[in-house]
Amino acid sequence: MTVLAVTEQRRGELRDPSFELITAGRQLADDLDSELHLAVIGGDVDGYADQLNREGVDAIHTVADGEEFNHDIYTQAVTAMADAHEPDAVLMANTVNGLDFAPAVAGQLDVPLVTDAVDFDASGTPEITREQYGGKVETTVDIEADQFALTIRPAEWAKAEGTGDADIAAFDFDLDESAVRSTVTGFEEVGSGDVDISEADILVSVGRGIEEEDNLPLVEELADALGATLSSSRPIVDNGWLPKNRQVGQSGKVVTPDVYIAIGISGAVQHVAGMKGSDTIVAINTDPNAPIMDIADYAIVDDLFDVVPELIEEFGGEAS
Amino acid sequence: MKVLVTVKEVAEVDDEFAIDGLDVDESYLEYDLNEWDDYAVEEAVQLSEANDDVEVVTVTVGPERADETIRMALAKGADRALRVWDDAIAGAEFLDPGTKAQLLEAVVEEEEPDLVLTGVQSGDDAFGATGVALAERVGFEWAAVVNDLEHDVEANDSSVRRELEGGVEELTDVEGPAVLTIQTGINEPRYASLRGIRQAQRKPLDVQTLDDLGLEESVLETQVELTSMYEPESESDAVIWEGAADETAGELASFLRDSGVVEG
Repeated sequence: MTVLAVTEQRRGELRDPSFELITAGRQLADDLDSELHLAVIGGDVDGYADQLNREGVDAIHTVADGEEFNHDIYTQAVTAMADAHEPDAVLMANTVNGLDFAPAVAGQLDVPLVTDAVDFDASGTPEITREQYGGKVETTVDIEADQFALTIRPAEWAKAEGTGDADIAAFDFDLDESAVRSTVTGFEEVGSGDVDISEADILVSVGRGIEEEDNLPLVEELADALGATLSSSRPIVDNGWLPKNRQVGQSGKVVTPDVYIAIGISGAVQHVAGMKGSDTIVAINTDPNAPIMDIADYAIVDDLFDVVPELIEEFGGEAS
Repeated sequence: MKVLVTVKEVAEVDDEFAIDGLDVDESYLEYDLNEWDDYAVEEAVQLSEANDDVEVVTVTVGPERADETIRMALAKGADRALRVWDDAIAGAEFLDPGTKAQLLEAVVEEEEPDLVLTGVQSGDDAFGATGVALAERVGFEWAAVVNDLEHDVEANDSSVRRELEGGVEELTDVEGPAVLTIQTGINEPRYASLRGIRQAQRKPLDVQTLDDLGLEESVLETQVELTSMYEPESESDAVIWEGAADETAGELASFLRDSGVVEG
């Protein structure tokens, strides 16, 4: 009986979800009364395996094919490992690369896949808790299968600590090169520029609630009046209203200002991932149940178009 | 070439809502084209505008209500549409990504597209898995979370950027035929013009049943079962400033001054 958790690396480093997978994987293995095995694929696998040898890990299987993540190699390697070790569950992370290989692994193994778990209980019929409708509701789904695939939401489980005594071994695997039909040619850092929002002490951050590009001067004036830096959630950047270097969140910047004023931002999980480390979070939003309220320290449940002009006036500015 | 775009009509929930059984009560739901799919449709239409002889076909799995959404995709420039539905699908308890991938597999086999575009995920149940699951089933190559696409129509190969975490993009070459899952922000989805909306009324929209697709009802059997839906308990311990806008703004101003981060 085994749980196989598939770790992730990028550009010479293990990614945080790899260590979270150990914690979640141990929980799942305990539920299923099984061992926790890790898959480490690509790059400096021996170095990665040493770092991953933490408390709760029983075995680590390495496959050195590929320098960087490639979904064809990952899918082939994980499928071969699953054939060899017959795990009860294959556990992966709901990261961008997880989205790129987990469904293929589930397809190859012909097992059901449930993604983006925020909790689970597999002591009986595996029951997975996940969110729906942008976090407004939670659902539970039961998996009625002897073998299944599951991805976990990043940062929901703590990173594993401690030192383990796992068996580390290279997994005997022959890559079918002809089935590798995509090639990573490089990486590029995006979103740099004249402003670094991660350096700001105060961020005035604007979201979908601003409604139109023509309304942006309102929050720009507030930022000016406060001596703050303007940032935003994803939709504002997607619409081209602000440049990429203003985006807070999973695919943008992680920020930790003294004060983060979220204006018209609902607080999608990808956004929260980028700003939850702020010292003080203030939310201005019409919806008292918006997810942003879960992490806000202070909140004004009102229309931003009423509150922000008053705030600008408080600091001697003029709302246009 | 032929581009197949999988689209989904998704429900958005009002701020105030109630749950009835395993879903939000219908009266609190508003339906729209899935945001990610809107970008996928736009990407396909731009391909057809930039190249000769590119046909854009949309496919959705959904009830008759979804026709309105599908017509919007046609109004934006798709050439024709397929909607997969029948009583058996309507009666299925839960369409998980594996089931949807099987339905779409049959469509791909029938249509034989050169390229399939899907949204990264749907805004409602957000599995984020159907596109790659489909690629695996039909033996296409794929790339997930694409925010830039250059497609070589002659070779049917794509150069894409995948939007990774933390402001990093991965540059990847993908051999066709491929399924690409499209991220928001890749383009600026157009609004349907009045002329487009009129034209859309005359474009073909075919309904396909399981039988039409050569599938048995057994494809609807799933090992994943939705067992409950509930409102999560609020974890909020925020101090709520109450009152008129001038009062709440005054509270926030006082806080900012007292904390010493703002002068004036």
